[in-house]
Amino acid sequence: MNWIGDNLGLIWEALREHLYLAIVPVILGLIISVPLGYVATRYSWLANPLIAFGGVLYSLPSIALFIVIPAILGTKVLATINIIVALTIYTVSLLIRNVIDGLRSVPPDVRQSAIAVGYSPLHRVITVDLPIAVPVIFTGLRVVTVANISMVSVGAVIGIGGLGELFTLGFQKDFLTPVVVGVVLSLLLALCADLILVTLQRLLTPWARVATPVGEVA
Amino acid sequence: MIEFEDVTKQYPDGTVAVDKLSLRIPSNQITVFVGPSGCGKTTSLRMINRTIERTSGTISIDGEDINGKDPVTLRRGIGYVIQNAGLFPHKTVVENVATVPKLLGWDKGKAHGTAMELLERVGLDVKLAERYPAQLSGGQQQRVGVARALAADPKIMLMDEPFSAVDPIVRHQLQEELLRLQRDIGKTIVFVTHDIDEAIKLGDNVAVLRVGGKLAQFAPPAELLADPADDFVRGFVGQDRGYRALTFVHPEELPLKPVPDELALKDGVPVGWKNGSADLLPLGALFKRGDSLRAALDAVLTSPTGSGVCVDDDGKAIGVIDQSTVAEALRS
Ligand SMILES: Nc1ncnc2c1ncn2[C@@H]1O[C@H](COP(=O)(O)OP(=O)(O)OP(=O)(O)O)[C@@H](O)[C@H]1O
Ligand SMILES: [Mg+2]
Repeated sequence: MNWIGDNLGLIWEALREHLYLAIVPVILGLIISVPLGYVATRYSWLANPLIAFGGVLYSLPSIALFIVIPAILGTKVLATINIIVALTIYTVSLLIRNVIDGLRSVPPDVRQSAIAVGYSPLHRVITVDLPIAVPVIFTGLRVVTVANISMVSVGAVIGIGGLGELFTLGFQKDFLTPVVVGVVLSLLLALCADLILVTLQRLLTPWARVATPVGEVA
Repeated sequence: MIEFEDVTKQYPDGTVAVDKLSLRIPSNQITVFVGPSGCGKTTSLRMINRTIERTSGTISIDGEDINGKDPVTLRRGIGYVIQNAGLFPHKTVVENVATVPKLLGWDKGKAHGTAMELLERVGLDVKLAERYPAQLSGGQQQRVGVARALAADPKIMLMDEPFSAVDPIVRHQLQEELLRLQRDIGKTIVFVTHDIDEAIKLGDNVAVLRVGGKLAQFAPPAELLADPADDFVRGFVGQDRGYRALTFVHPEELPLKPVPDELALKDGVPVGWKNGSADLLPLGALFKRGDSLRAALDAVLTSPTGSGVCVDDDGKAIGVIDQSTVAEALRS
């Protein structure tokens, strides 16, 4: 237990870095997926190939990406940007399906009325389509956020990465405490992140929780 | 006036949904498009707000070709109501109704104020204003749909089978209220239905379309029933068109008989017929002074005693009419 007290600074730094490496790709991935998903619903022939391609990307082992990306980007193997890029790719490959499904979940008569009342196309996407897609998009966001938090630890294998560094430290010294601290903290981090996302979703979609109508009282 | 001139719509797959349709839709009246499924009613309607673009021909509103207008601006000036209302599920009732005013840049207070007034006008309790559409019944949603269409006071309102997804009683109420509303607002309404009864009830003019989007007849409903243009129209208005035509006969002064003792009243409002036992016999349909002969006949036919009950605007019985009186009126 002394180890924890002596290394609070190190632990805190690892936690902060872990959070940063996991969350930035989620935000970047969202920013990329939304317009991409919108384009795929406008040109519907694009949707299925995009979803399939996303599936393939997502199934690549993360360690491979962490190593191949520096070669492609010309960055140093140890640069954090590699992790950010790799996880952004994962995020997009997973979220794209949710964005497309979410936009497709807008009922046709709702979309038709939105056009008929006189929304311009961009305005309609922002104020009608995307809000209605929020529940489906958030399902993907939650999955990808938790996945990213666990994948950041893998970065430790190549020498970068938040709480994963504690594992490396523990294994090197054959000393369990840092490993336990690392595992517990990354679990807590995943739980907190998920809780925040659930709360955010509830705030964004008060309409999705309303009761079904009671009887026909016209 | 909305004018169709040789309007044709061919979909990319080759289907000709509307074929050289020429039609003048008069202002401030209800014009109904009626016809069998797939005859091109929806297509014709949606070409008016350019949510479907025609292939050839011209559509003009008050003499101006709609193709010369920006579609988004055009649509904000035309109300649109569809079958399942198509309300925005993520907006409250009042926000739904305020949609077009807000798109037009009204400030929020004014837009919401207008929306609240409209909710009352279409017969909705203002307590429902903060609910979401999923918390309303189908009939209530449809009223919100009408309020949304009217919010920015458009000259034209397009309605595509707006009442066909609600139960018959609610449908009847909504139809009556549309007529009442129209007496106040006098919009140019284009109404699509496949129900000839609804067309006859609501339309000042009825356009009967046949499959392939061809106009079979355009006439006021009484004329349609009295003088169908061809076999198709005759078949469509149905075998009982004679009965339907009674809708347009208004026997000014059908002689009423005084309310008989057998009619059970509660504060003057009829509640049933007495038959000696504790239970009352059902009332049957009621009619009002000034209603059509069809309503009077209906009251007589559905009454268990053969006497149709006539009520005033407050629902109080003012007299009854018997079969022989109606038969007399039918002969004349
Ligand atoms: N997007 C489309 N692409 C191809 N054909 C279409 C399309 N929309 C409609 N059609 C066809 O055009 C014809 C007219 O359709 P429309 O929807 O206008 O009919 P409708 O009279 O409104 O029918 P209903 O009473 O069933 O609503 C039909 O044959 C229909 O199959
Ligand atoms: Mg239709």
